[in-house]
Amino acid sequence: MINTMECSVDAQSLISISLRKIHNSRTQRGGIKLHKNLLVSYVLRNARQVYMNEKYAEIYRMQQYEEVMTVCNEIQELNPLDLVDCEEQTGDCCGSATESASLCGALLPVSHQAPSAQHIQPSSACSVPLALQSEEVCKAPDPSFYRSCCAEVYPVSNCDFSPVNSMHCNKTTVLDLDTHVVTTVENGYLHQDCCASLQQCCQGAQSPAKKRKLDFEYYVSEIEEVPDFTPCKRAKFEDSSYASTEPLDTSNISNLISIFGSGFTGLVSRQADLEQALNGQFCSKQALASLGAWTRAIVAF
Amino acid sequence: VAAGFLMSGGGGNDVQWCFSQVKGAIDDDVAEADIISTVEFNHSGELLATGDKGGRVVIFQQEIENKSQQQCRSEYNVYSTFQSHEPEFDYLKSLEIEEKINKIRWLPQKNAAQFLLSTNDKTIKLWKISERDKRPEGYNLKEEDGRYRDAATITTLQVPVFRPMDLMVEASPRRVFANGHTYHINSISVNSDNETYLSADDLRINMWHLEITDRSFNIVDIKPANMEELTEVITAAEFHPHQCNTFVYSSSKGTIRLCDMRASALCDKHSKLFEEPEDPSNRSFFSEIISSISDVKFSHNGRYMMTRDYLSVKIWDLNMENRPVETYQVHEYLRSKLCSLYENDCIFDKFECCWNGNDSVVMTGSYNNFFRMLDRSQRRDVTLEASRESCKPRQVLKPRRVCAGGKRKKDEISVDSLDFNKKILHTAWHPQENIIAVATTNNLYIFQEKVN
Repeated sequence: MINTMECSVDAQSLISISLRKIHNSRTQRGGIKLHKNLLVSYVLRNARQVYMNEKYAEIYRMQQYEEVMTVCNEIQELNPLDLVDCEEQTGDCCGSATESASLCGALLPVSHQAPSAQHIQPSSACSVPLALQSEEVCKAPDPSFYRSCCAEVYPVSNCDFSPVNSMHCNKTTVLDLDTHVVTTVENGYLHQDCCASLQQCCQGAQSPAKKRKLDFEYYVSEIEEVPDFTPCKRAKFEDSSYASTEPLDTSNISNLISIFGSGFTGLVSRQADLEQALNGQFCSKQALASLGAWTRAIVAF
Repeated sequence: VAAGFLMSGGGGNDVQWCFSQVKGAIDDDVAEADIISTVEFNHSGELLATGDKGGRVVIFQQEIENKSQQQCRSEYNVYSTFQSHEPEFDYLKSLEIEEKINKIRWLPQKNAAQFLLSTNDKTIKLWKISERDKRPEGYNLKEEDGRYRDAATITTLQVPVFRPMDLMVEASPRRVFANGHTYHINSISVNSDNETYLSADDLRINMWHLEITDRSFNIVDIKPANMEELTEVITAAEFHPHQCNTFVYSSSKGTIRLCDMRASALCDKHSKLFEEPEDPSNRSFFSEIISSISDVKFSHNGRYMMTRDYLSVKIWDLNMENRPVETYQVHEYLRSKLCSLYENDCIFDKFECCWNGNDSVVMTGSYNNFFRMLDRSQRRDVTLEASRESCKPRQVLKPRRVCAGGKRKKDEISVDSLDFNKKILHTAWHPQENIIAVATTNNLYIFQEKVN
């Protein structure tokens, strides 16, 4: 788990600082420094992980709040006297879903843990720690963490990069970093084959509902993809500088922009969908505003 | 190993260091070309070479004031200066190649001349430095200034003779080892066989023969088939001081690999992998950066190696791969400042480290023109400063202390007052004596053991 306490700037600022460094390196004398850009890409990945974790947690919190309130309101409409039961019920559900709760517990306050396992989907927050666990998973037999064989290179797969996808959203548009193919994913269900390799990461989460498990895998694959793009992006800079035929500069920046663009605007559009679906307030407004500033800043590069 | 008090090459904290000389411009306005980028003593310690960002090499020679006496002060004076590398432009890749000298390595002396290897990002050059103190005079066909005589005026014959002249030191490029590296060269290391040397860039290590410039052996290649899968680069490499088949290379992931060239032609598979498990409680945004190794150096006796990462120095026993035998914190007070150091790029500074002659003390640089002496045998360390304020001849250097937090004591300096523009990246230790060369941005300081 990345300790963010000692950092004086937040993940968001770190991401923009890092992008600026990568951009500046392209005009530095002596050519692009492979080593420095590789290190910057690690900071970028770490900052993005933290940022996504925070966003997931925030969204999950808000969703749970919304859902609980919806349920309670419905119950209240049926029988005002059942209001008390509603709270008890959520308490019971929190208690029963202990397996997933242990995962979510790391991130979320107890009161917001997943209620009923039957119809409420866990949302991406439960899968968030798995990304952090991924480094530990590969080291499961050995308690020490060795950087050299850590799964920091994520297997090139058909799992496409896409950020938070709410389970309520019907369509997701993703950009494949390797083939540069844009695909649309329905109902949050992605290709099962590419998620199969990540099932081991999901073993800790014994979710009773099959639908839920698939969502886990989907989210895990998303998050597994999150770091994937950074070495890719740095490599693209590097490749262009050392290949005589590829056009320099603009194509690389546009690649980076398109990644972030699809990522963040994708996030924006999905949250807009969610707003419609839930028909309630959503904390995304703040997130949207900040993300908009980001994409503007990135495009300006 | 000599254990004498004066010329032992040992001792860190029972040794008092005092100022000897400083080379370079005095004013604070630093010309970029004068920034020192490498410092290296030759095998006898008589010569001290520096390389700078402008591609220039300056060699200083030790002149012993009184050789007969044991207690003597030696001074280093300019011996030779030459332009080693020029800026180049790679038209095919549209890339400018910096002339900055990344490393200088001396060859062991075989005859009257001295040889050194100097490298920039792409090209290694072998330089011959030779003295000329005699000149032939009395040619029959030429005048003294070189003009040819009219043959009709020659009526006598004489044998030209050598006459003494003012000492002239000439540097001439004997070999140019070009086009061996696609990526930026970070290390060169002369083999103990005195015939071959290695050069390492971010992804590959090549072995050259000193006589052959049009070919080199690739001995390590960590470039992945798909560059998008790149996760680490080579940061430093060195041949073992005695075993000509053994070399090590360090990586940006904090690992060191020891390779044996007898095992296979391509040493992609290491013989030993040195790595210390990461402390998960210390994980931060910058964990990967601060674990990247910036320098690796074998001990003189060949039993240990030392690595430098951003915050620490580690001593490894070649027989133990899973953890270092000693770890020294260089400036742990910077751990809480990593974010600012990332913003101002200081976190990418590549500090070097060096051993003293008998491997009992190691030295490395820090910020604010501080450098650290870490005594292995006595388990003590001291922080000293290279400053124009302590430049009186034979002035003893006072230990410095950095206050990490809380109440600052007298004579301590607080972390926030440190000048991060004043960094000591390059230091060198005389192979036999307690004489050290410490490079600040554009000045070279020479300190010696206090002699009573």
